[in-house]
Amino acid sequence: MSMSSLLILTLIGLFLSVRGFQAFQTQGLGFITKVDWTAGVDGGKDSFGLGAMIIGTLVISAIALVIGVPLSVLTALFLTFYAPERIKKALVTLVDLMASFPSILFGLWGFIVLMPMAEYWAKLIHKYVGWIPLFKMPSPAYTRSPFIAGVVLAIMIIPIVTSVSREIFGQTPLDRIQAAYALGATRWAMIKAVVLPFGASGVVGGAMLGLGRALGETVAVYSVLNIVFKVNFQVLYGFGGNIASMIVGKWGEASLSESKALLAAGFVLFVMTLLVNLLANFIVRRTVKTGK
Amino acid sequence: MTILSNSTPVTPQKPWKVSKKQQLPNLFLIAAAVVASFVIVAATPMKGKLAYLLLFFVIGTTFQLALSWYKRGRAAAADTVAGAVMMAGAFIVFLPVASLLITTIVKGSKGFRPHIFNHTMAATSYSDPLTSGGLIHAIIGTLFLIVIATAISLPLSILTALYLTEIKGKASGFIQFLVQAMSGVPSVVAGIFIYAAILLTTNLRGSTFIGALPLAILMIPTVTRTAQEVLNLVPNELREAGLALGATQWKTVATIVVPAARNGLITAVILGVARIAGETAPLLFTLGTSDKINWNPFSGGQNALPYYIWSGLRDGTEGGINRAWTGILVLLILVLSLFVSARIFGSRKVK
Amino acid sequence: MMSTVNSNNEENNGEDMSITTPSTSSLSSVAANHASQRQPGNAPLGSGLEARGIHAWFGKHHALENVSLDFAAGTVTALIGPSGCGKSTFIRTLNRMHEFIPSAAMAGEVLLDGKDIYEAGTDVTKIRLQIGMVFQKPNPFPSMTIGQNVLSGLKLAQIKSPKNNDDLLEECLTRAGLWTEVKDRLDAHAGGLSGGQQQRLCIARSLAVNPKVLLMDEPCSALDPGSTLRIEDTIGQLAQTMTIIIVTHNMQQAARVSDYTAFFLSDGGPGQMIEVGPTNEMFSRPKDQRTENYVSGRFG
Repeated sequence: MSMSSLLILTLIGLFLSVRGFQAFQTQGLGFITKVDWTAGVDGGKDSFGLGAMIIGTLVISAIALVIGVPLSVLTALFLTFYAPERIKKALVTLVDLMASFPSILFGLWGFIVLMPMAEYWAKLIHKYVGWIPLFKMPSPAYTRSPFIAGVVLAIMIIPIVTSVSREIFGQTPLDRIQAAYALGATRWAMIKAVVLPFGASGVVGGAMLGLGRALGETVAVYSVLNIVFKVNFQVLYGFGGNIASMIVGKWGEASLSESKALLAAGFVLFVMTLLVNLLANFIVRRTVKTGK
Repeated sequence: MTILSNSTPVTPQKPWKVSKKQQLPNLFLIAAAVVASFVIVAATPMKGKLAYLLLFFVIGTTFQLALSWYKRGRAAAADTVAGAVMMAGAFIVFLPVASLLITTIVKGSKGFRPHIFNHTMAATSYSDPLTSGGLIHAIIGTLFLIVIATAISLPLSILTALYLTEIKGKASGFIQFLVQAMSGVPSVVAGIFIYAAILLTTNLRGSTFIGALPLAILMIPTVTRTAQEVLNLVPNELREAGLALGATQWKTVATIVVPAARNGLITAVILGVARIAGETAPLLFTLGTSDKINWNPFSGGQNALPYYIWSGLRDGTEGGINRAWTGILVLLILVLSLFVSARIFGSRKVK
Repeated sequence: MMSTVNSNNEENNGEDMSITTPSTSSLSSVAANHASQRQPGNAPLGSGLEARGIHAWFGKHHALENVSLDFAAGTVTALIGPSGCGKSTFIRTLNRMHEFIPSAAMAGEVLLDGKDIYEAGTDVTKIRLQIGMVFQKPNPFPSMTIGQNVLSGLKLAQIKSPKNNDDLLEECLTRAGLWTEVKDRLDAHAGGLSGGQQQRLCIARSLAVNPKVLLMDEPCSALDPGSTLRIEDTIGQLAQTMTIIIVTHNMQQAARVSDYTAFFLSDGGPGQMIEVGPTNEMFSRPKDQRTENYVSGRFG
């Protein structure tokens, strides 16, 4: 019975790769590297390249990490070392609550509430630091950009990154904290000298768990991202890619051969998230166990 | 060197606590920062709530920094700034939670009327006025999904957790590793897996039962990990007492360990249900669809709250979006009550 | 000074040390040596510390009742007593470490150079710079090298020493009796040192910020006899320049290192200070029967 998880994982890998085999076979390595995705109509040739979606997934996940991880670490530090007991309890509950919100809520909220705000922020960013290639705009299309998707994902990963960081910070050996204070350290000096060196790898692990979530997120991203099969590094510009949302988006109208290609895409996503999560868990467990 | 004898009663004090009087300059600084941000916003082309908040934060922190630098030096000034930045970080995290909750309640309550609990969408389209139609079919679908997914995943999860905590066999490390790996499976992957494994392989069509399968996959790691934590809290003396009375290990587990951890195991299940109740992506591949109540879990399409919300969102009309918000409100009430009950059971994990 | 001692002696020292049986006569004779060497006020540096009517609470639990003690500049005072008598709690009120326990409360005054360290508006970090502390378990910062550990206090409090860093490093490590053992590996991580060396590193770390008073909370309880002896040596050297207050379970240690001894006891209620006096008197002719019972080894 307890081997059921092995069975399920193996079956997932097996079915997705076998069912998607046709796509791997006809497209070869191009399935991962090519950027165009066209289903051949009327016996025409299929061309399925996941490249733009893989890069797009990485781009929005990176944005999520850049925004979400610092906020989470700040929140975790605030909760562990600064917040008065009552505020701490309330905030911890809120963060846990946030973790239980369904992703469709983030999607709907992101589309209706966040999008107009994020559009305004994007315009500000473009206005002031638009000379950086990352923030260039070929034309003023600010909605449904990788930036907005990244902001939604950042909010979604904050609970997990915060709670992992908080747990690690809370395990900082008391004798080191006291040593720092006894040497006349302020709270911040103590955190810099003791807590951050101790907790750094745990935060990295937490961020990787967050990355794992961000990579696989579907409906929230689908609601706020304009999915186009083109590589886009201009994060404020209104199109991008995400494997999970692409699968959902294409599913309805897919022919049999395209469906199989989508299963193969799922397989690629499965492998990506599996690797990231295993690495994350490895890092977190090592930190907790050794206490460094 | 004398010992003073003091007969008057002494009261416990906390001289390190900052008194109200000492906070006065801080309050004054905050007030000054508020005024200054208003003045600057009024005098410059900057505008919007964002400008107020940002200015208030920058000015307020600068004032505090100056004060603590003046009074206590550079290290204290750095501490003040760090504290302010952390508080700002926590505040920024708090904003979306508040916004999510408030928006859901405000927008969701528009269509939150009694008739949604006894109507379906059989005779209504999403763009119709909110006075018609309802989501009782979606609620029933979600309940069906929860029951079936729990029925499938519960035995697997609890037995895995028992294996990891009670038997601690040779494969423990490996299974722990697998459970962790499984917790990272994206929901969309679970969905297309069931599609590839069942719908594409057999001639079955999407149904409640098929829709519950990917949810069970997503539920297993959550329940296993929580159950494991709870079982680890059961004191070893209890196990030893059972074994000392001559009971077999399985008998000890079944009659002593599991009952002792009952509340915690219930929490584990509740957390698992909360994890899957709002899952949308897997349902898109496996549930089929239905506009009316379907009491048969094994045949015919089904609806569910997340699916209902998704349909409203994709419909895109004002009516559709409003229905989606109402659906979110109902779903959130469900998730929140699960969350609260998990807290209640979780607070007394082991008897 | 300490430079004649090198690391090879660390293991051998155990043999040199004669373990005396806890009889009052031998203890008081050891103590007599110290009292003659140092007299209050004669020390070239340091300042005194005065505790007035200290009470301490943890939540509702009254842990320490009305302790008043005067620590003269340049003396070593040992706080002795059985576990749970409040001596550790007391020492932690002296540099405001007590307040890190959330339920903690206190009453009374602690005067450093005549000024109450608990006065409203006092900068607590400055207090802790002047009143250093060495803990029971050696706690060097594992992420820093030996050298960085010694200088960590300067960095933590963002202050500059009048001396340059290399000189300060050598001076502090020498005063702590560690210089010869580590001078060639100042860039090594502190985790590689033995327990005794780590504790002396912690002493060196406290010295770098030039405190007037050094509090030691059972600094040798986690160490082997050889390391203990060397730390005691170090204490003797340090007392020429600063005021030292040491909590110890070990009565021989109190007799060996201290000028004054204070005896703490709890009769189930809050801990109290029973008696204080010059160390040789405390061990030879204590005034209180309970003190005599304790120092003669009848309980504790």
